[in-house]
Amino acid sequence: MSSAAEQAADRKVRRASWLLSAPALFLLIIAASGPLIIILIYSFLEPGKYGNVEWVFSTDAWVGILYSRDIFDGTYKLADAHLSIFWRSVKLSLYTTLFAFVFGFPTAWFIATRSARMRTALLFLITIPFWTNLLVRTFAINQIIRNEGVLNTFLIWLGVIDTPIQIIYTDFAVFLGMTYVYLPLMVLPLFAAFDRFDMRLLEAAYDLYASRWQVLRHVVFPVVKPGVIAGSILVFIPSLGAFVTPRILGGGRNMMIGNFIELQFGAGRNWPLGAALSVTLLVIVAVALAVYVRFANRDNGHG
Amino acid sequence: MADRTFSAARLPGFSTLAIMVFVMLYLPIGLLVLFSFNAGPSPAIWEGFSLQWYPRAWANEQVKDATFRSLTIATFAALISTFVAVLAALGTTRRKRTGGQTFVYLMINQPLMVPEIVTAVALLILFGFIKVATGYQGLGYLIIAHSAFCIPFAYLPIRARLEGMDLALETAAADLYATPWQAFRHVTLPLLMPAIIAGLMLAFITSLDDVVISLFVKSAGQDTLPTYMLGQIRRNMTVEVNAISTLLIGLTVVMLTAFFMLTRRGD
Amino acid sequence: MKKLLSAAAVLLASTAFASAEGELQLFNWGDYTNPELLEKFEAETGIKVTVTDYDSNDTALSKVEAGGGGYDLVVPSANYIQIYVEKGLIQKLDLAKLPNHVNIAPEWRDVPWDPGRNYTVPWQWGSVGMAVNSDTYSGDINTSAIFLDPPEELVGKINVAPEMNDVLSLALMYVGGEACTEDTAVLKKARDVLMAAKPKWQSMDYGATPKLASNDMLASVYWNGAVFRARLQNDKVKFGYPREGFPLWMDSVALLSDARNVDEAYQFLNFIMEPENAGLISAFARYANGISGSDPFMPDDMKDAPEILIPEDLKASGHFLPTCSPKALEYYTAIWTELRK
Repeated sequence: MSSAAEQAADRKVRRASWLLSAPALFLLIIAASGPLIIILIYSFLEPGKYGNVEWVFSTDAWVGILYSRDIFDGTYKLADAHLSIFWRSVKLSLYTTLFAFVFGFPTAWFIATRSARMRTALLFLITIPFWTNLLVRTFAINQIIRNEGVLNTFLIWLGVIDTPIQIIYTDFAVFLGMTYVYLPLMVLPLFAAFDRFDMRLLEAAYDLYASRWQVLRHVVFPVVKPGVIAGSILVFIPSLGAFVTPRILGGGRNMMIGNFIELQFGAGRNWPLGAALSVTLLVIVAVALAVYVRFANRDNGHG
Repeated sequence: MADRTFSAARLPGFSTLAIMVFVMLYLPIGLLVLFSFNAGPSPAIWEGFSLQWYPRAWANEQVKDATFRSLTIATFAALISTFVAVLAALGTTRRKRTGGQTFVYLMINQPLMVPEIVTAVALLILFGFIKVATGYQGLGYLIIAHSAFCIPFAYLPIRARLEGMDLALETAAADLYATPWQAFRHVTLPLLMPAIIAGLMLAFITSLDDVVISLFVKSAGQDTLPTYMLGQIRRNMTVEVNAISTLLIGLTVVMLTAFFMLTRRGD
Repeated sequence: MKKLLSAAAVLLASTAFASAEGELQLFNWGDYTNPELLEKFEAETGIKVTVTDYDSNDTALSKVEAGGGGYDLVVPSANYIQIYVEKGLIQKLDLAKLPNHVNIAPEWRDVPWDPGRNYTVPWQWGSVGMAVNSDTYSGDINTSAIFLDPPEELVGKINVAPEMNDVLSLALMYVGGEACTEDTAVLKKARDVLMAAKPKWQSMDYGATPKLASNDMLASVYWNGAVFRARLQNDKVKFGYPREGFPLWMDSVALLSDARNVDEAYQFLNFIMEPENAGLISAFARYANGISGSDPFMPDDMKDAPEILIPEDLKASGHFLPTCSPKALEYYTAIWTELRK
């Protein structure tokens, strides 16, 4: 009797839970998740002559990602054009993640080891750039590294150089911009991990005459690893899909996947290829996330 | 042995690096702000203090339109996303975990995981269909798109607050024969209010920031401030853009300060 | 909360209805429309013109083709007009509503892309050439070798406007072919030249005018009027006409089939064929227009500008680009994709 009532109550709670979530789900399905299915469909169509698509089934877009038909002799060869863009995107994103870690780790550590008041203030200082408009921050970098920008003007004024150093419109500029823009995404989860870390462990380890670096590697790092992975994922994923930063700092020659996708929907006039590239990007992101979930769960398992 | 006392705060080089990072984070923004007050037209050569670029930017009809449009979209997107996020948070926290909840949780966080460019392209196609079919080309598309990707940002502080809340008060209210609605209206909602306002603000900033999705969804004459700026950065890098940027930075700082105050008050 | 919501509702309502009457949506190239022209038009007719920018013919076409953009007028280049006509994207003009149609200069009336001007009215015309900073390179700039086989001084400093037809046509003429050729031997040669040159470029981007003026760019494949504007701020910027052949173009205004403000569009089209107003268009973007009698309304410095007056010996090298056949277009697109990787 009571179990039936409990079950009924349980069902009621469940229904209420769904009903309450329904409006959010509805909005997300029509304007975030649902449209992704359209992309999948479009990747199997033929491109229209001047953009858009012809409603004819075709796997050309998918074949086209890896292979390109030579326009002159009709032979198929590896589409090194696309592969080099993918490779550049992955490479720059990995560099960005690595350097964000190199700079983010000491910063998060520094914040975590301050007094409570100082910590709040420093956290606030990290949060401001994080929430500042991405375009504004990229523009700020642009103003510094362009040929007639602050850096070159200053170096010429000092007499160190007499013609501007070409930084903007290079891969390095894109990497620099992304590291700058996404650094707070590394610092915040790292800080959260340090914050939970019991500093007394350090003293214990140190009493065992471990060197500082040994302590860091064997005591600190294992404990904060989930934070490191979270930070890396948070930096890697937006870097991979970056659009604004490479567009402003890359000069249209050093494209990343995001820009290449946009090109297909604009001047490139190959929507199915753009759609197939989007799905590919999505798959790479999903793999990165799956790796993250696996690592995170394993670490939790160890407790 | 005294000199071997381990001080966690002192790892060689860490402090130097950290301070360098803070300087590097603020130097570009600082220079950007500084040069918005430049008397000359260069964003790199200082020619004296002047406020001329602010009224100049504001005299530009396109800047004014884009600002108004951005604020309209952000207001609606913040209200809508926070409203649905409050409901979803009530539906997913403080209950037994079920498979359904994991699904809802994943869905809500989906905009954080899918690269913006992919969503943007998908929306371009979908809204293209709807625009042709219905003939409606208003701001609604931008508002709906923004509302969707703002949901996780609104949801986060609300969920955190709900999870930290004491159930005892609600139980007490229920014991006094308050209906669930009364209990919510007079007990839960007031307690939740700081988090709701925090969610509103995060959603508002997120909407105001967006470039990529707006770029693909907008119809004729629907430039938002960021899409307008993107065009300007590539075409005429005048100090006007510095002035607009400075105002955006100012707005962010004000909002975040308020946000910090609100979320800390309850703790 | 309630107050906030109702305030928001009022805000939305006001933005939704502000645009109910007397507006016009112009879809035009960036940095190409004189704000004074629009102010004058609004003062005379009460119609508010909103301009949305695009960067390239291909982008504009693809946005229009996608539908639902909400644009009334578009400004494609000559070689794109036939595509718009064939796809039914633009509508035939009712010339009775355009009394100023008689002002179109005779040489711009019976143009191959729109005989009798039944679909389009002239906006501006010009050429594609080489912008070079004379401080950096003082040699011969009347050659496409500037970007296809760059002199030492310019390696790594050249911008190339990413406009497919212009760039490929320049390359084809450079290797001795002609625009829109289907001759695979020539196409292959052009591709090889482009691919070999690409590593020596700095960027492929629009928006070169301010960057040329500020020395952020030292050379660029670009449009004459835009280079003219850069030269007005920085007299080191010179413009060269490649003797191997360079594209001439004319951009014309067309009325889209799904335009919503048709009456306003006709008023605007008629307005811009008034010589004084055509002069305003040129005064801003610094290209010639196709309207008779507009000369007195142009700035004096345009009359003898080297960017406007093509030297006699190079005149024969300028060619209007035809609309490529689908076959040629396929080659173009394939080479272009390879180039933009």
